[in-house]
Amino acid sequence: MSGMEVQKIAERLARAFPDAIREVVGFRGQVTVIVDRASILDVLQLLKNEPDLAFSHLADLCGIDLGKTHEPRFGVVYTLYSIQHRHRIRLRAEVPADDCAIDSAGELWEGAAWHERECYDMFGIAFRRHPDLRRVLMPEDWQGHPLRKDYPVEGPAEQWPGYTEVLRKAEEFKKHELRKR
Amino acid sequence: MEPVGVAGTETRKELTLNMGPQHPATHGVLRLTLDLDGETVIRCTPHVGYLHRGIEKLAETRTYQGVMPLTDRLDYVASVANNVGYCLAVERLFGIEAPDRAKYLRTIAFEMSRISSHLLWLATHALDIGAMTVFLYCFREREWLLDIFETICGARLTVSYPRIGGVLQDMEPAVLESLEAFTRMFPEKILEYETLIDKNRIWLQRTQGVGVISAKDAVRWGLTGPTLRGSGVSYDLRRDVPYDAYDRVQFEVPIGNKGDVYDRYRCRMEELRQSNRIIQQCIAALPEGDILASDAPELDMPISGKKELVPEMSLGNASLAFGDRVSVAPKGEIYSAVEVPKGELGFYLMSDGTGNPCRMRVRSPSYVHAGALAKMCEGGFIADVIAVIGSIDIVMGECDR
Repeated sequence: MSGMEVQKIAERLARAFPDAIREVVGFRGQVTVIVDRASILDVLQLLKNEPDLAFSHLADLCGIDLGKTHEPRFGVVYTLYSIQHRHRIRLRAEVPADDCAIDSAGELWEGAAWHERECYDMFGIAFRRHPDLRRVLMPEDWQGHPLRKDYPVEGPAEQWPGYTEVLRKAEEFKKHELRKR
Repeated sequence: MEPVGVAGTETRKELTLNMGPQHPATHGVLRLTLDLDGETVIRCTPHVGYLHRGIEKLAETRTYQGVMPLTDRLDYVASVANNVGYCLAVERLFGIEAPDRAKYLRTIAFEMSRISSHLLWLATHALDIGAMTVFLYCFREREWLLDIFETICGARLTVSYPRIGGVLQDMEPAVLESLEAFTRMFPEKILEYETLIDKNRIWLQRTQGVGVISAKDAVRWGLTGPTLRGSGVSYDLRRDVPYDAYDRVQFEVPIGNKGDVYDRYRCRMEELRQSNRIIQQCIAALPEGDILASDAPELDMPISGKKELVPEMSLGNASLAFGDRVSVAPKGEIYSAVEVPKGELGFYLMSDGTGNPCRMRVRSPSYVHAGALAKMCEGGFIADVIAVIGSIDIVMGECDR
């Protein structure tokens, strides 16, 4: 994987989608293409299906929060890899805080839907047409999205209500305990 | 005796069964809800997150070196692999490279952790399917490796042996001799395991044709590592995107073709041999020299390796350690992946110039594989779910982060 080659792929994308590609950033031989979120599926589809690009492996999909001062605040980062050609590219779709949603890539990769659930859980970014958009790592009744920059590292003073529920149930199940000899 | 039912009047009913999170065969706290029709699994829904400790969030509050102990707790049965993966990501971010000797030492430790992880996998996988003896055999050899880890750095599981730009300390000649003795003995031991199960009729019936996933599906679901290679896709980051000393050693990447539990098992058994080969080559070709890069950033406290703490520098270190406004890291983003025993472990680091990462994303193979259980268990028998979970070699510490 050489930096030059990826740069060429990025240039090709910029030609194919002149309105959608905002910026191409190179760093240490890796390239990030910043894409308008409205066209993200088209860009992903082209990268996946063109035989000489063949980015068949969605290595990673994650969210980022650039902080409240940054506009647009959120981003969804797609790391693509081609098992056939051994090159890698990264796309970043910008997601503003006031309309925190983007199209789901679940139709292109089944594995994407699973990553998107985590992204929704951690950042509150909604994925349109997602087959099953639920929290995945945090409990279902959790408030807030932990990886947002304004979410505190040390927890709030009050306990998660699910925990008191667990304690109550544990107390209740004690009546089924075998009598001690 | 009362009749239990009259022929022709039975009604078919779907049954939803909850498996885990407290189940010995789920290798931790994985929970699956299985919709059953008789013994056939119609739908499998994985639920993860019971071991979520917020490692990605914690990393944002720590220094680059301070994140290292957190990475130990991802895949705790192969912690060196996680450490090296993280170090490489930070090294690529800072644009530094470890010296040759450190590269070889890291490769040795990396492959030791692969062998010990695969041994633990084989032990528990066989135990799940009912082969008890293999468990004891595997733990016998794993013990040897853990003892070597203990001699190298004092810890057996969560070792934190690598450093950003090198390794913590050199391996003594006695350690290398012991390791060499291990590599001479180990191929025979692999044969021993295979004698126990490879042609065992029960083992074959429980694994062949079970939990099949095609090459196309495996790629679409994002599978990596032996779980992907069992389906016949030849993708190994050690060979395709070489790091450390992997471009200087000879090894083969075993692949299967059917994509069932048995092929994944065969891939890992072959990998044990290849890892053994890599360690032998690394010991033979181990160069002399430094073990920590001279341009390694002063991000660690206390300073380790051969670097000396210069009094003027310590003030500078303090400001780095507490993440002051001083720009200590280059601004940028990087994705760096390594081939850990379970698959592709990727670190996506975003730096805003301060002493701690702005965002650290861990792309863990176990998380992806847990999601793909839905696909692999569908249509199989409920007893096969156990075999499938074993065959993807899941570790919940890495899955839930």
